[in-house]
Amino acid sequence: MLRYALKRMLSLIVSLIIASAVIFLVVEVAPGDPAAFMLGMNAQPDTVAALRAELGLDLPKWQRYLAWVTGMVQGDFGTSYTYRTPVAQMIADRLWVSLPLALYALALSTLIAFPAGIYAASRRGQTGDVAIMGATQLGVAIPNFWFAMLLVLVFAINLRWFGAGGFPGWDDPYAALRALTLPAIALALPQAAILARVMRSSLLDMLGEDFMRTARAKGLSRNQALWRHALRNALIPVLTIIGLQFSFLLAGAIIIEQVFYLPGLGRLVFQAISARDLIVVESVVMLLVFAVIVVNFAVDLTYALVDPRLRDRT
Amino acid sequence: MKRGLSLWLGALLSLFFLGCAALSFLWTPYDVTLLDIPAKLQTPSAAHWLGTDHFGRDLVSMIMVGARTSIAVALVAVGIGMGLGVPLGLMAAANRGSVLDEIIMRGNDLVFAFPSLVIAILITAVFGPSATNAIIAIGIFNIPVFARLTRGAALPLWNREFILAARVAGKSGPRISAEHILPNVTNLLIVQGTIQFSLGILAEAGLSYVGLGAQPPTPSWGRMLADAQTLVAIAPHVALIPGMAIVLTVLGLNLLGDGLRDHLDPRLRVRRT
Repeated sequence: MLRYALKRMLSLIVSLIIASAVIFLVVEVAPGDPAAFMLGMNAQPDTVAALRAELGLDLPKWQRYLAWVTGMVQGDFGTSYTYRTPVAQMIADRLWVSLPLALYALALSTLIAFPAGIYAASRRGQTGDVAIMGATQLGVAIPNFWFAMLLVLVFAINLRWFGAGGFPGWDDPYAALRALTLPAIALALPQAAILARVMRSSLLDMLGEDFMRTARAKGLSRNQALWRHALRNALIPVLTIIGLQFSFLLAGAIIIEQVFYLPGLGRLVFQAISARDLIVVESVVMLLVFAVIVVNFAVDLTYALVDPRLRDRT
Repeated sequence: MKRGLSLWLGALLSLFFLGCAALSFLWTPYDVTLLDIPAKLQTPSAAHWLGTDHFGRDLVSMIMVGARTSIAVALVAVGIGMGLGVPLGLMAAANRGSVLDEIIMRGNDLVFAFPSLVIAILITAVFGPSATNAIIAIGIFNIPVFARLTRGAALPLWNREFILAARVAGKSGPRISAEHILPNVTNLLIVQGTIQFSLGILAEAGLSYVGLGAQPPTPSWGRMLADAQTLVAIAPHVALIPGMAIVLTVLGLNLLGDGLRDHLDPRLRVRRT
């Protein structure tokens, strides 16, 4: 197990290095000089040169890459070109909106999908199953931001149960959770539809296994066998999807935040794009990619813990 | 859902929107570049079947031209994904366990770590927003999907007798891949292509909605929704109609994909139900 973990760890580090290099290079080819952009059109050439030196833009590329990466490892993401504040601080502030939103949505999606998937599998081919599967077809076809707009229309504008947008901050946790509820539902529903389908088909695969016949033969009822034996084994593929979904939710949060005017990573990144504040864009993108890679690593490791057969593969 | 029904309903919906997009090149009820402010935000009527938007543009025409944008972006993105992903997958499978296989598969994992939205953010930040950049962002994300699928489907084929026979006959690896492996994975590729196509339409809508995709004045379903956002309280139909168009198109393509899978590969029927 230790050997497997170390091997995966090594490939994790290599992935992170390559990903950071790709992001750095893509941003490097961006036209325009951030220093000139910051100082405006009428800046003197020597002022621009001085600012370039201050920002470290006059150093060779590889030195700047190293500085960027070592800075990030130490939690220093550089200084925003437009706001002149540390990027790490800006990201940390916004993460307090985006991360809880993604986790809230993940919890909702799991809470909806598990019962729906299990129910559909246990009623295979019957009305309940057909209805749930039909609903999931619709769920995967609905764009989450449009669903968000419908939620605003119904629950904020017509029924007035929730605010239509904005975020009051975490000083009042109840108000904060309330503000995140509609966005979390909008994010969660399409993911719940996918998860419910995976849960159902994974359970159905297990129902055909030999150990299920044995469980029935020793006198367990269909439902007992399903809960005690099939469910545990069916959870493995479901876990992968949950791991994958976390990264989709974090990225999806960026779009949903636009619908509800939430001050999260999404708002930060779009402001940064329009201000050509590339260091902010670079850092947010790296953070998202880091999250995806690390979550997948964690899922792989969990698997290997749960199922020793997987350690020998790859 | 009944087997045949899924295929037919899916085909019908997909063809309807493809038809709308194709027709929009020749004819739309109104000119979408023409602004008619006095006629703004009208509800559906005989003159404007689906009403008008905040510039008084006819929504039927906007949906038709928007379909063209969505379909074009998604189609080209799937083309990029297939065009690069399938050869990579075939190559990886033909050289199973080699350094090449390892590089291709690790490269796939790496691209998977960049969700299409993240790629789009990066590209837009550098080159500015446009439909072309949206295509590239969605297309890049499609490459590993097809590479993985192709490799996975091709691997077991390499152990079959007919491949051995082709080898004995002296055919090279690339030739076997092209002549014997590829035709045997085509069905899978068509099914996955349909699904990626629908995901591409959703992605394009999302990117355009946040302003990273098609730019005005090009009508796009995502942009229409972005414009409708502030109007949702006074003119809900402006937000409802483009959303319905997206849902029906994506639903149609998904049903078509499911139906095709059952139709093209009868072996899967037993396992699914």
